Amino acid sequence: MSRFIRQLCATLALGLCALPALAQLSLLNVSYDVARDFYKDYNPLFQKHWKALSGESVELKQSHAGSSKQVRAVADGLEADVVTMNQASDVDFLAEKGLVAKDYARRFPNNASPYTSTMVFIVRKDNPKAIRDWPDLVKPGVQVILPHPKNTGNGRYTYLAAWGFALRQPGGNERTAQEFVARLLQNAPLFAAGGRDATTTFMQRRIGDVLVSFESEAELIAREFGKGEFTVVYPSLSILTEFPVAIVNPVVDKKGTRKLAQAYLEYLWSPAGQENAAQNYLRPRSPEILKKYAEQFPPVRTFTVDEVFGGWNKAFPAHFKDGGSFDQIYQKK
Amino acid sequence: MSVPPARRRATAEPAWLRHLLLAVGLGFLFFFLLLPLLAVFAEAFAAGGRAYLEALQDHDARSAITLTLLVAVLVLPLNICFGVAAAWAIAKFEFRGKSLLITLIDLPFAVSPVVVGLVFLLIFGAQGLFGPWLAANDIKVVFALPAIVLVTMFITLPFVARELIPLMQAQGREEEEAAVSLGASGWQMFRRVTLPNIRWGLLYGVILANARAMGEFGAVSVVSGHIRGETNTLPLHVEILYNEYNAVGAFASASVLALLALVTLVAKTVVEWRLRREVRMLSTALPSEHN
Repeated sequence: MSRFIRQLCATLALGLCALPALAQLSLLNVSYDVARDFYKDYNPLFQKHWKALSGESVELKQSHAGSSKQVRAVADGLEADVVTMNQASDVDFLAEKGLVAKDYARRFPNNASPYTSTMVFIVRKDNPKAIRDWPDLVKPGVQVILPHPKNTGNGRYTYLAAWGFALRQPGGNERTAQEFVARLLQNAPLFAAGGRDATTTFMQRRIGDVLVSFESEAELIAREFGKGEFTVVYPSLSILTEFPVAIVNPVVDKKGTRKLAQAYLEYLWSPAGQENAAQNYLRPRSPEILKKYAEQFPPVRTFTVDEVFGGWNKAFPAHFKDGGSFDQIYQKK
Repeated sequence: MSVPPARRRATAEPAWLRHLLLAVGLGFLFFFLLLPLLAVFAEAFAAGGRAYLEALQDHDARSAITLTLLVAVLVLPLNICFGVAAAWAIAKFEFRGKSLLITLIDLPFAVSPVVVGLVFLLIFGAQGLFGPWLAANDIKVVFALPAIVLVTMFITLPFVARELIPLMQAQGREEEEAAVSLGASGWQMFRRVTLPNIRWGLLYGVILANARAMGEFGAVSVVSGHIRGETNTLPLHVEILYNEYNAVGAFASASVLALLALVTLVAKTVVEWRLRREVRMLSTALPSEHN
């Protein structure tokens, strides 16, 4: 018995010591919750590309969870070589901590966002409440499902999209925008905890008349719940959602993986990477690929957070920090 | 003569009430225990047996199972050492601060697992107390196996000690004293006298600790980093798959957890039965010894 225990201990100790020796060239991509499908398809493409380029095989590791939780983890020591997020405010947080370059948005093309999406409306089959545009969402008797605007990326984009729409109407100003958003929030019977929770609330628990979500999410809903179960409505004006990527400097310097990390992110803009985005219902930046998948991506008029709000570093404190516009609206309610 | 029937009427409820209570009890168990368990398996096999097996053969699922078992294997021996030592000290000796020690052992029961995870981040995280030193020496604790083991150990700390303390207190220290007076060394006394006396209680504690170690979610979620195929334990894997609309995968993994729990439960029942027999033997044997 005791010999067995001794052997077991020896084996475990040896195993633990051997672990680092087994490690090969590897890269950890820390990402937001629903990016798994995209990177599951993208990683093999890049592995092939890197093998052809350098002859090395590389191990690609993924970590997915809520985006704010993920950047917190990176700040607390999760050794991500690269972060691929769904909101600039999360990467800004890492830039503040000195983990990514302050000008990360200019280190790669297109604001460092290899693909985009936009907020769309998902309504019940055949659109019984005839929802066509943002003003239909504030009508009395229409229930709107969205995640909490204060602490989810999805909810924040919805909030800013409605705000920007109201601002751009004839005679629109900050006051009318706030009123418009307040009326929209009044039509929300609840705030879901996250994007997926909102979807489940709308599709499975069948609460609400309209779900505001990413265009890419609509496709996932179709895969899970069937295409005929709902209709996608494109509003006349919506927000362009960007998905910034960045290299985590201290980690790549320590691991010596800067070249690999740079190549990994750059390859997102390659034709193969862009095509992969389109296949996952994310709007590619490349005009040729976008054209190829035009059927899937009807033209939408969009504005960016930078254009209307002067960037996330202004939009975030103005609207979502304690005492911001959301708190003012919500306390009035 | 008239007293026994009167007493019986006073204590025995009418038959309908007894049946009602029984039905309520069984119904409660059915709805809150059996039905969810059945639902897990029904959902796991919703797409057929092949989809179930494929979900479990997935690389990430397999590594999650391996990691969960590895964590349990690493945590339990340490917990046994601590639990036996603490119970020994508390049951057999009088010392200052004993009640403080007992309270401290219970602490993990009182603290929410999320807080446990965050505390370990505060201590070992990059911005934490030892973070800079650990980084300088290239030691990975958080978002790697060590942190998962540490938080699991913290969470499961009380189980073995809590189980052994009353048992050891009931047994007293006469047998150990006899062994020492007959010339046994400390180690001999522990192996020949103490360990055989506590073995079933110990096993019971280990089984409870094991169940919790494999099922822990909150604390592990904070320190795991969610790296697929590397730091994802089985409970985390279940949540991720569910959020990805992969119900079959999620419930297949959940069914593995449920199966592990069932095995644990059966083992627990057997051990409990043995333990009860031991205690009964002890209590019947003791008076005759004294005579």
